[in-house]
Amino acid sequence: MDAFLLQLLVNGVIVGMLYGVVGMAFVLIYKASQVVNFAQGEFLLIGAWVCWWTLTEFDIPFVFGFLITLVFMFVLGVLIQVVVLRPLIGEPIISVIMVTIGLSIFFQSLLNWMFGVFAQPFPRIFETPSMEIFGLQVQTVYVMSMFVSVAIMAAFAWFFKASKTGLAMRATAFDQQAAQSLGISVRHVFATAWAISAMVSAVAGVVVGVVNGVSSALSFFGIKVFPAVILGGLDSIIGAVVGGLIIGLLENLAAYVDVDLQWGNMQRIAPFYALILILMIKPYGLFGTRDIERV
Amino acid sequence: MAEAAIAETPAAEAQAPLLAVNNIEVVYNDVILVLRGLSLEVPKGRIVALLGANGAGKSTTLKAISGLLKTEDGEITRGTVVYDGQVLNAMDPGAIVRRGVFQVMEGRRIIQDMTVHENLRLGAHTRPHDSQVARDIQMVYGYFPRLKERTGLAGYLSGGEQQMLAIGRALMARPRLILMDEPSMGLSPLLVREVFGIIRKLNEDLGITILLVEQNARMALEVASYGYIMESGKVVLDGTADDLRTNEDVKEFYLGGGGEQRKSFKNIKSFKRRKRWL
Repeated sequence: MDAFLLQLLVNGVIVGMLYGVVGMAFVLIYKASQVVNFAQGEFLLIGAWVCWWTLTEFDIPFVFGFLITLVFMFVLGVLIQVVVLRPLIGEPIISVIMVTIGLSIFFQSLLNWMFGVFAQPFPRIFETPSMEIFGLQVQTVYVMSMFVSVAIMAAFAWFFKASKTGLAMRATAFDQQAAQSLGISVRHVFATAWAISAMVSAVAGVVVGVVNGVSSALSFFGIKVFPAVILGGLDSIIGAVVGGLIIGLLENLAAYVDVDLQWGNMQRIAPFYALILILMIKPYGLFGTRDIERV
Repeated sequence: MAEAAIAETPAAEAQAPLLAVNNIEVVYNDVILVLRGLSLEVPKGRIVALLGANGAGKSTTLKAISGLLKTEDGEITRGTVVYDGQVLNAMDPGAIVRRGVFQVMEGRRIIQDMTVHENLRLGAHTRPHDSQVARDIQMVYGYFPRLKERTGLAGYLSGGEQQMLAIGRALMARPRLILMDEPSMGLSPLLVREVFGIIRKLNEDLGITILLVEQNARMALEVASYGYIMESGKVVLDGTADDLRTNEDVKEFYLGGGGEQRKSFKNIKSFKRRKRWL
């Protein structure tokens, strides 16, 4: 196997993990509140810009800027849920989807207006921009992102298996009224889902922003999460991770094809070809749930 | 007439009942009147049965008490629900559960894609999760040993086991009053007997007060000490379980067509439902 392909595979896994993380954030909202959030990509964008702004404006260490970003995203997530989506509870699903598309356009434009349309590089965060692992050049931030992704996934697993709020979320996702009969506040669950989703997306946004610079292209990263979550099954957290990995790898393999066979821009569209194929063969996705039926 | 009968409730003269529903009127979607002036009382430590045909408003009554009415666009437009001296009307379901009133909904409504253990932990949502919860889970397994053996998803449990899980989950909230909606639904006669045995045991062992809604009037009146009979949103008859069991009207409507004299098809055909109670 030549080094270039290996390099691409490693990149694929790393980027795929990030897709998986954003996918989990997307699935979290969908599972808890049945909202397909088309503004998921904008969460990445907002997170990256906020982090970039705190770092360049106040010249504080990265860790603090990052923490401020997380707090900001938590508040923003709750705010969006309470102000925009709570009044829409009980409205047709298509209205809710239109509103999230509206949110996406609104935030895109707002950020373009505030920060301009040009990509802005992050200030230098790591001493060495890239490190060598088994003879491969990997950007330090990517190595970091690997750890962060795995940590977030482990945290999700723990959260849904063991924490009170996580169990309440799963119960709400399964049967809202039954959840309420147990004393679970559905409003609280919805707001928490949005807050966590916004925070986790922002983490991915910052990582990608550090690598590529912050620009509105980041929200395109969010769009590519769709094939990932649909591949995995819209309502499966594990599916989101697996789907993310597959899409990440697929994309980078397509890049190999692009360069090697001079096919042009397969990298951009390969995930969406995959999306169409999956919807034709497995409409529920790989891990999507169908109801348990006792026979 | 219902008010007059309440005064004769044995415990009522001694102390205020744990739950008192006073003349409530419930409207769905602002237009559909479901309960029209319903009153009932549940004395502390008792099992009270609420009987009636389909659509009489039994489940609505329970939801009015537990606050779940609000999740279905229903509203109490008149009257009060008083529990332990507090008016519950405007409270949300969570606040009512925290005060010790827990509804076991019709059709069990367990979370099917969770394990038995997780379902039980969910029942304790309104309590801080500590060692006490773990101890209570063991207590529930003590009552329902069969649940302990089931390690898979709750959705694969049998109907009877699901009902036991639903009751066990209710216990996890440490309620003082359980509103039980049709625990016998879809169960075989043997299992119905078992479930009612458990209900009686919970009442005796843990002193939990129970308001029991049932189609199976015979079983319900066996465990309950007092009963109410509802028809189109109102209480039409109430009395001690013994009185109700021997009441000719109740026999005719709920305990199966007047007993022994049904001997030939001729009699069945001429058997006519009385349209009015009084």
